[in-house]
Amino acid sequence: MKKEMFEPFNSSDNNFEQCVKCTICTVYCPVLEVNPDYPGPKQSGPDGERLRLKDQNFYDESLKLCLNCKRCEVACPHGVKIGDIIQLARIKYSKKKPKVRDMILANTDIVGTMASTFAPIVNPIVALKPVRLMMDGVLKIDHHRIFPKYAGMRFETWYRRYAASKQNDFKKHVSYFHGCYVNYNFPKQGKDLVKIMNAAGYGVHLLEKEKCCGVALISNGLINQATKQAKHNVEAFKKSIVDKNMPVISTSSTCIFTIRDEYPHLLGVKNDEIRNESELATRFLFRLIDSGKLTLVFKKDYKKRIAYHTPCHMEKLGWSIYSTALLKMIPGIDFVSLESRCCGIAGTYGFKKENYKTSQGVGKPLFDQIESSDVDFAATDCETCKWQIEMSTTKKVEHPISILAEALDVEATVKLWQK
Amino acid sequence: MNKNISKEYDVIIIGGGATGAGTARDCAMRGLSVLLVERHDFATGATGRNHGLLHSGARYAVTDHESAAECIKENMILRRIANHCVEENDGLFITLPEDDISFQSQFVDACKSAGIGTEILDPDFARRIEPSVNPDLIGAVKVPDGSVDPFRLTMSNALDARIHGAVLLTQHEVTGVVKEQNRVIGVVLFNHERKEKVKYYAKIIVNAGGIWGHHIADLAGVNINMFPAKGSLLIFGHRVNKMVLNRCRKPANADILVPGDTICLIGTTSERIPYDQIDNMFVSRKDVDVLIREGVKLSPALTATRILRAYAGVRPLVAADNDPSGRSISRGIVLLDHQERDGLSGFITITGGKLMTYRLMAEEATDLICKKLSVDKQCETAEKSLPGAEKSEHPLSIATEKVYTGANISQKSAKDRHGTLAKNISNGDDYEDSLVCECEGVSIAEVKYAINELHVNNLIDLRRRTRVGMGTCQGELCACRAAALLCESSEKSGKAKDDLANFLQERWKGMLPITWGEGINEIQFTSWIYEGIYGLKPDNN
Repeated sequence: MKKEMFEPFNSSDNNFEQCVKCTICTVYCPVLEVNPDYPGPKQSGPDGERLRLKDQNFYDESLKLCLNCKRCEVACPHGVKIGDIIQLARIKYSKKKPKVRDMILANTDIVGTMASTFAPIVNPIVALKPVRLMMDGVLKIDHHRIFPKYAGMRFETWYRRYAASKQNDFKKHVSYFHGCYVNYNFPKQGKDLVKIMNAAGYGVHLLEKEKCCGVALISNGLINQATKQAKHNVEAFKKSIVDKNMPVISTSSTCIFTIRDEYPHLLGVKNDEIRNESELATRFLFRLIDSGKLTLVFKKDYKKRIAYHTPCHMEKLGWSIYSTALLKMIPGIDFVSLESRCCGIAGTYGFKKENYKTSQGVGKPLFDQIESSDVDFAATDCETCKWQIEMSTTKKVEHPISILAEALDVEATVKLWQK
Repeated sequence: MNKNISKEYDVIIIGGGATGAGTARDCAMRGLSVLLVERHDFATGATGRNHGLLHSGARYAVTDHESAAECIKENMILRRIANHCVEENDGLFITLPEDDISFQSQFVDACKSAGIGTEILDPDFARRIEPSVNPDLIGAVKVPDGSVDPFRLTMSNALDARIHGAVLLTQHEVTGVVKEQNRVIGVVLFNHERKEKVKYYAKIIVNAGGIWGHHIADLAGVNINMFPAKGSLLIFGHRVNKMVLNRCRKPANADILVPGDTICLIGTTSERIPYDQIDNMFVSRKDVDVLIREGVKLSPALTATRILRAYAGVRPLVAADNDPSGRSISRGIVLLDHQERDGLSGFITITGGKLMTYRLMAEEATDLICKKLSVDKQCETAEKSLPGAEKSEHPLSIATEKVYTGANISQKSAKDRHGTLAKNISNGDDYEDSLVCECEGVSIAEVKYAINELHVNNLIDLRRRTRVGMGTCQGELCACRAAALLCESSEKSGKAKDDLANFLQERWKGMLPITWGEGINEIQFTSWIYEGIYGLKPDNN
């Protein structure tokens, strides 16, 4: 029989049949280690999928305990997309509608727009203990959680006022997908990125209009909205990558992971034209340096001891090596390796009251490692990992880009390419 | 002769297939004292080696009106009395561009006259309700097909027979028939468990041995010419289709795709084999090729679906003419009163028919037995539910109250398999709820229940009762766990290792004809575990 006859029909995109039941995924599941109510990735994924195909009543709400850390997929020797199978099952079979709380947690840009406008009022209010207890009781957002502070001036506003006009002075250009966190909560990270890229000779531009990548919408089951935003973003990326030949970089590992790898599988939004040119900032920089196109010069007096935490999505992308290699280029850095473990927050997961205990249980081995490492601060590429580690340890967490920006000798770096 | 059992039964039934178990149930319900003997285990012959299709009869409507009418009647009865063994999936008879569409109206008319409800569907609509169907179809007819689990169905009949006082002996092979002049008065059995001979006596001996009935009749000195036709099938790793898919044309090779429990299967081929080959159920490469080639025409998705195993069964048809394919033989019921036919009293044979009509066969056989014994009792098997099939107040969707628990899967699966009898399986205990078979969701408690209540002699029997080892891993993870549980509860622990080796060997036999792709990875992994880690050697078997 000719090969062409087979190709148009592929029954199971999630190839769960390639599972040979080796159970390695189950060993690597951080949730199963602390919460025996979760059936584990093998049972929830490939095994459960067979049962759900027989009768959808076999769908089990315990699948909501999955963090979507994808460590099972990294561990799988046969490339089974275990995490995707679980996510899709939740999308397809869950009868529980997202709650008001889930809407609030998932709609990072709408909530962010409102909250940053009233930041001086919102920040102190949500930090008040009675308010947190009320959110705990009414919304089931755990009272231990502290919401990240909203910034008074959004990154986009800052960029338009203070940075935009200078960007066309450069010969080379990139677009920057800043994500919700940088825009509403932590514009400094975006400013640091602009500082580094400008020092490296690149003009930084914003997309025509970016929307939230939608990762929180996906995990909270708001699929239609996520799909809409995904389509919008792919179009915006195309205008930069295809029309203007400008790659898009991001400082958020989760945003870039969602755009590259979750859009096609989970939302059915094709991204072939933009995928290769959608990059994480640290990887973009490392590859420039590695290919001899860029040299960074660092301050001589910068001295710090830091530990890098590998976010789950960086583990899945296989990209933490770029961030750590960049950090190790800074001469004054005393680098501590951590065993790669999930921090337990998984975006909005850890904010939910029912997940708080699991979330902290998952993260504990990581927190212990960081506490005992005697570092000045920890580093990571993911914003939610940052909140979790800062809440659960005594250490501050910085983004590698911010560390580079701090350690960079801008004038000396610029001189190298200006002569 | 080690033993002479003095007790005389009213009836001894030879054969633990659906017909034998059904006859035992019917006889016991009518108040007769019954002994059922089976050489291996329940449903090991043709009963357990077919599609598991709850025929609507539509397949035979054009060629065999009588069988079709019997089928639809029994189909409706089984939905009532055996709902825990039946899945009401419905079926489609599809016409492809290579088929003659004019056959469709002939088919619909024939169904109508046999009493089978049909509905002609627009191809577009058919594609919507059954997305796996070949999108090139040009016609579709919906019929009340379904799926039936033959292992569960047979066991439920056996259980009900036992509830009504019948004695069940598996692992007892008939090696001789005891005669007194022109009368059969008993059977000589070889007990494979204890390796000894025993004799049992009865007023009537019923030969319900399926294709092996030819040999049993031989032992009694009468001749029945059986027509052994081998049919091969392939099991796929998961359900591709929701409805049974058939071709709307005269019956041919590999033209039925049935979704059954967690899997789906395609079949069959048909090949005449010599009688001495009926215990050699080898599936050839040619059979596999035919099944795949024809199967993908029903559902192209099969090309990308993992094949779990291949198996074959023998149709127990009674030879009537020289039809080389065996397909135009009526699947009608053959009830032989050897007193009338051969002048040998106390001996009857019930054969022919098919899984779908097992209950009717049992009824006809029992009517004859009752007549001979002058018992005046009406058959009630069509009205009274089988154990497990009683109307349940708890549907599957709320089988378990706990929301966040891994035990959910095992409790739902147990309910799905055992119907209301699942209440006898303990739950709520973390240990008992944990899984033995992860693919099929079989818990420790379910295995224990099967061992204690469902006539389990070895791991292979356990598989037929619970689906242990029937999933994608084919025993890789569950065989050793199940062996340990069986070992704990039986005194004969010394045999456990051989039993485990036998079980794995039997799994391997079904995988051998389709060893490629993911399947071969899985097999390799299994052999690492059992040969590498546990040191189980092939010569343990």
